[in-house]
Amino acid sequence: MTQVIRALESIGDTVILAVRTFRYIGTIPRQFHRLVEQAFLIGYTTLPIVVILSFFIGSVLALQTGYSLKGFGAQDFIGAVVGLSMARELGPVMVSILLAGRVGSAVTAELASMQVYQEVDALRTMNIPPERILVLPRLVAILFMMPVLTIVGNVVGWLGGAVVAAYVPIVGSNWDAYFQSLRNTVQFRDVIDGLVKAEIFGFFVILVACFIGLNTRGGPREIGHSVTRSVVVSLILILVLDYFVTRALL
Amino acid sequence: MTCLTVTDESQIPSLSASEEAVGLAVKGLHKDFGEQTVLTDINLEIEPGEVFVIMGPSGSGKSVLLKHMIGLEYPTRGNVTIDGKPVTDPATLLEVKATLVFQAGALFNSMTVFDNLALYPTEHRIYDKKTIREKVMETLRILSLEDAVGKFPSELSGGMRKRVSIARALVMEPQLILYDEPTSELDPIMAATISEIIASLRNQAHITSVVVSHDRDLSMTIADRVALMLDGKIHLVDTPSNFQKSTDPQVTEFLNPKIDLANPRYKAMK
Repeated sequence: MTQVIRALESIGDTVILAVRTFRYIGTIPRQFHRLVEQAFLIGYTTLPIVVILSFFIGSVLALQTGYSLKGFGAQDFIGAVVGLSMARELGPVMVSILLAGRVGSAVTAELASMQVYQEVDALRTMNIPPERILVLPRLVAILFMMPVLTIVGNVVGWLGGAVVAAYVPIVGSNWDAYFQSLRNTVQFRDVIDGLVKAEIFGFFVILVACFIGLNTRGGPREIGHSVTRSVVVSLILILVLDYFVTRALL
Repeated sequence: MTCLTVTDESQIPSLSASEEAVGLAVKGLHKDFGEQTVLTDINLEIEPGEVFVIMGPSGSGKSVLLKHMIGLEYPTRGNVTIDGKPVTDPATLLEVKATLVFQAGALFNSMTVFDNLALYPTEHRIYDKKTIREKVMETLRILSLEDAVGKFPSELSGGMRKRVSIARALVMEPQLILYDEPTSELDPIMAATISEIIASLRNQAHITSVVVSHDRDLSMTIADRVALMLDGKIHLVDTPSNFQKSTDPQVTEFLNPKIDLANPRYKAMK
């Protein structure tokens, strides 16, 4: 029972953190350099791994579906399957999982170490709210970068599928049929739905990472525990939210 | 490392408070952490421009009291006010410039020394960039830290980190400075220098200072009044001269602990 109460308290405190943070939204023009720095850290440095991961997810998807559909002579539908899967589900979910592991963990580690070594207290004594300079630029940066990362992930995933469809003999399709099928099936709405999901997941990953980081007490071991907790909570949250957001968007 | 002695107070022209000094009052302060009581019925009146030193054994609650004085901890009962305004109200620290020099420095490790000092005036848009640069460089010069301007805190010695922490507080041009063990980990000359700076800030800029320290030399030389804290309670508040004359056994024991090899304290503690 105590753990349930503690979990509910944490959810409440996370919401309070978000509300407090967005009270300072008017300071974003003054903090433009921080926003650019966070956008660079979240976006640019994550991009290579998004590209690699998405390419191979698209490839494997094409390989699996192509191999199965070939038995029915339906390999021309590979583009539709890969296109829809990437746009509506795998693109946003995989980018968010990557974000939780790569960026969320780093954000928690940085804020937890600032908390443990009293840097956050020092900010408070200077009358500089930590929500304003530590949380807000990260949350706003993720809202800008998530669509970019997801679109890149989608496009690269589609290309990965196309390469497999065109050049792997056991799949037995071709470049034109793949893209024809993809174009006929994937609607603009599918891409937008995926981007909405990505925005929601990305926002919560960074919010959870900031919340856990700023509430760390203890020393180096507790910083490590916080990083682990941040990644685990984010992963669970992404999958739980995925169900409800998908349901809402259908 | 250049040694510094601030014997001539004209050396610190820029370290003046921008506004009048403030007084601080602690009334009926009581703090529990779970089952453990850390502070019991603390009552203090600190006058504007006073240097008030709080002494006491480790674990007596001095640093927790200091954190209450700047709103980093919330009391279980009682209150702390600065010029009559409750310190737990965020508006108070918008009106009054107060700062805390942390024992471990609490410098921003991902920023250079310059950025550590420039953060407050930049964030609060107190001066333009050029003036901030001048103020920061002047403060660093006074504390013999010019060479450290581009360094990260991890590249500094313990003493230098402490001085940067004090410099960061001074750049804020505060009305109230709280120091948590400002001379610990420093060599005797640097400890004397820090004591001189605290006294100079009172004499020249009329800044109110509350200092938590074990340093008897600092306490007896620069303090206007000294408090002794024992087990979370204020045991005695008096002027340094009366403090030294006190016949209270706990005060004399704290000020002049005798090393008794025949009857060591750790055996008595058992």
